[in-house]
Amino acid sequence: MIGYALTFAFGAFGLALLLNIYRIVNAPTVGDRILALDTMVINAIALLALFGILEGTTVYFEASMIIAMTGFISTVSYTRYLLRGDIIE
Amino acid sequence: MAVELLISACLVISGIFGLVGSIGLIKLPDPMMRLHSPTKATTLGVGGALIASMLYFEFVVGRFSFHELMITLFLFLTAPITGHFIAKTHLHLLHKPSDLPPTGTERPWASYESDEARAAIEARDAAAREADQKG
Repeated sequence: MIGYALTFAFGAFGLALLLNIYRIVNAPTVGDRILALDTMVINAIALLALFGILEGTTVYFEASMIIAMTGFISTVSYTRYLLRGDIIE
Repeated sequence: MAVELLISACLVISGIFGLVGSIGLIKLPDPMMRLHSPTKATTLGVGGALIASMLYFEFVVGRFSFHELMITLFLFLTAPITGHFIAKTHLHLLHKPSDLPPTGTERPWASYESDEARAAIEARDAAAREADQKG
């Protein structure tokens, strides 16, 4: 039963990633593009957690932690750059 | 059996919420509305996946792992901050200060106040306080 649920979750998050890519390619404003990138990072973390369940290892959690940190820093620096024209003042 | 059911329910709920968050990012009409779906639904979706992972490693594999708690904590701490910054970007790129309701004071909303205006007002207030103390 866990196998079927895992397949469903993989499908849902994969579809979500495809929708995010579509949004990044044609975004109405630049803020939407940043938001889509941030969502993409979160969906990638969820996919990595699911892959960890599938393989039965905890190795991938370090990778998802690093992805989470990189995603947060990059979102904040993009928005800072748009707001102030400068990242570190 | 019950644990399997719980893990499967968590996985299905997380998948549905993640998908709904990303569909909302495309379908909602206004930039400020579009901010809601990823910051709330997708965060819940990834939380469900991490809870399922924790339950799986605790009850099926038989070893407890703390990593999911750390990732969940980090994501729940950072999601409001990124949401705030993206909302501010939307405000400054798409809206004018006149679009917002009045503040009720002489000062504008904090996000629109320039550094010079803020410094001037704070210097004036400090001077007024000093005069109060002397008098």
